[in-house]
Amino acid sequence: MEIIVCAKYALDVAEIKIDPSGKPLLDGVPRRVSDIDKNAMEAAVNIKEKQGGTIKVVCFGPASAKEGLKELLAMGADEAYLVEDPSGGMLDTAATVEALAAAIQKIGSFDLILCGEATTDGYTGQVGPRLAGKLGIPQITYARNLNVEGNSVTAERDLEDAYETVKAPTPVLVSVTREINVPRIPSLMAILKASKKPMTIWKLEDLGLSKEKLEQVSTLQTVDLQGFAVERKRVVIKDKPVEEAVQELVSYLMKEKALGV
Amino acid sequence: MAAEEKFDVIVVGAGLAGSTAAYVLAKEGLQVLLIERGRQAGAKNMTGGIIYSRVVHEVFPNFWEEAPVERAITSYNIVFLGENSAVTLNLKAPGLGKPPYNAFSVLRAKFDRWIAGKAEEAGATLVTGVTVDELVMENGKVKGIKSGSDELLADVVIDAEGAKSLLVEKAGLRGDFKPEDVSVGVKELIELPEETVNERFNVGGGEGASYTLVGYTKGVAGGGFLYTNKASISLGIVARIDMLVEKQVKVHELIEDYKVHPFISKLIEGGNVAEYSAQIIHEGGIAQVPRLYSDGFLAAGSSACLLINNLFTLRGMDLAVASGAAAARAVLKAKERNDFSASSLSAYESLLREAFILTDMEAFRRTPSLLNNRRFFTVYPDLACSVMEELFSVNPAPSEKAFKVVRRHMKGKAGLLDVLRDLLGVYRAL
Ligand SMILES: Cc1cc2nc3c(=O)[nH]c(=O)nc-3n(C[C@H](O)[C@H](O)[C@H](O)COP(=O)(O)OP(=O)(O)OC[C@H]3O[C@@H](n4cnc5c(N)ncnc54)[C@H](O)[C@@H]3O)c2cc1C
Repeated sequence: MEIIVCAKYALDVAEIKIDPSGKPLLDGVPRRVSDIDKNAMEAAVNIKEKQGGTIKVVCFGPASAKEGLKELLAMGADEAYLVEDPSGGMLDTAATVEALAAAIQKIGSFDLILCGEATTDGYTGQVGPRLAGKLGIPQITYARNLNVEGNSVTAERDLEDAYETVKAPTPVLVSVTREINVPRIPSLMAILKASKKPMTIWKLEDLGLSKEKLEQVSTLQTVDLQGFAVERKRVVIKDKPVEEAVQELVSYLMKEKALGV
Repeated sequence: MAAEEKFDVIVVGAGLAGSTAAYVLAKEGLQVLLIERGRQAGAKNMTGGIIYSRVVHEVFPNFWEEAPVERAITSYNIVFLGENSAVTLNLKAPGLGKPPYNAFSVLRAKFDRWIAGKAEEAGATLVTGVTVDELVMENGKVKGIKSGSDELLADVVIDAEGAKSLLVEKAGLRGDFKPEDVSVGVKELIELPEETVNERFNVGGGEGASYTLVGYTKGVAGGGFLYTNKASISLGIVARIDMLVEKQVKVHELIEDYKVHPFISKLIEGGNVAEYSAQIIHEGGIAQVPRLYSDGFLAAGSSACLLINNLFTLRGMDLAVASGAAAARAVLKAKERNDFSASSLSAYESLLREAFILTDMEAFRRTPSLLNNRRFFTVYPDLACSVMEELFSVNPAPSEKAFKVVRRHMKGKAGLLDVLRDLLGVYRAL
């Protein structure tokens, strides 16, 4: 099975600070591989471990994304491809899909494309579905379980209040949820081996694209971005018997709508 | 899993000692693997400290030109904290603000990454997010390291794990720590605008101030420090674990006390606590330093308990850099002979002497026992404050001569003989 994993080198949202006016300070925020894309990589490695094959990982992002790709190689990818984004992350998902599709077409054949259901920073959830559309292949979203048999994949989809099991022939794109697995932490040997695995870096021009072309398709503009700091409630329940304290905690949480019945 | 490659040297821990060792070795062309358990070098070393530059300058000439230093420290203060007052001794020496400088405040998250980057640039392989669990031993000789189920061999392992130094114990170079030799240090990083720091501390142009705080520790042996970074303040305290237990005090209570003391509260007012960290620290001095090497193994930095606390300055970082470099040089010498036995690596000790590390530690041999004397934490700081307060307050009552005032305040707290003995102790120790 030839698998391609798409991964974003996303802003580490835990490191974003907010200035007093509510503006998030995005300069100098460190990046890391978007969490759910690691679930996608883990899913790919699980399939490869069972039935063999190859895993290629593709990323459209800044030059620093090499660090993230190294981590994904250490998790078990065989090859990495970075398409350098000259815009500093200012393009929308249409442009991202344009770049990823061009890279995947250049790579050539594949049976399965895996993505995270959304990225941990932008959380649009658009890239997987749009990419499937662009490549003209079937797609399965929100997979919490995935099985590959011969030339078809079966996935259990998480619909929040129900699970739906669907089947599709390859080639197919599947986006996964966090629940599908627990991404592995690479071992020392895996990291050392990864440093010898091939990493290809493409400029947009290598794929027949250009910054201008991507800017043309990127029509969505971020008009405003407001963060809000959550103040601690500073409620302490103490010096009470356990039953009473629990009761008080529960009614407080319900009043705050943190617990809903 | 079998090793496919062999490194000349494996360095455990990309702190100051480890990254410096890796840098010096890689620069000479050795195959070096530097292993760090944090997600990045410095990730586990939160907050900041003061690094004395003389020794660092020897390994990284003019490092201040490219390293991420915060401020050159030109104002040094010792503060005796009383209940509601403080007596300060201040040294202002602009000369210390010129190359080669005396000391810089640094934020470890940045500074550690810089040194690790130097090691990588020089050709060392840095692996992060990996913890070394064990040493590979063969007939008492160190042959390599284990991490999870992975084993990797090397001619020499340099342990630069920091204060916990579990590998030093596993290599059989030390026994358990004695409770009185272990302190716990906590630090907070308090953010303030750069201009506010400049105004409050009366510094500018990249210069900064450091404060050593004595007293106000609920009678626990220990002391505090306050340093200015570019746009933040590091505030911390180091306290002996055995005494925290004895007095039933938690170390974070001490730092909370500091923060409401009138002297400190006005310096940090309006600041935002951005980071908090706690670490153990060895103040046992030279007596605590374990054997520094064995077959195929060397310990550097605080994993070798290399630290000087002489009441005025707390030096660990520069000793880490210097000992990392000395360990690397010892390995280079051993490599020439292709002999990595303990006797071949013993050059490490003389190199440490040449770099004044062991000599400095020997000179302050007696300070740790000075720290056993509770009067330094319980009586004298308060005494200094109340005496000064009385001497400077003008009252309608008849005035006394200074010495009488001192005697009166000492009553019931310390005898004249104690004081004389303590003065002699200070004289000998410092
Ligand atoms: C509260 C406090 C304040 C201090 N203030 C100052 C000061 O102002 N000035 C000063 O000079 N010194 C100060 N010190 C002392 C100074 O911090 C240390 O001496 C210095 O950090 C020692 O450097 P090192 O490289 O030996 O160890 P560390 O800086 O502790 O680095 C060790 C590294 O090894 C990694 N590691 C540990 N175990 C493993 C493992 N098993 N596998 C992989 N990686 C591992 C750690 O993550 C870490 O990055 C202070 C200490 C404390 C606790």
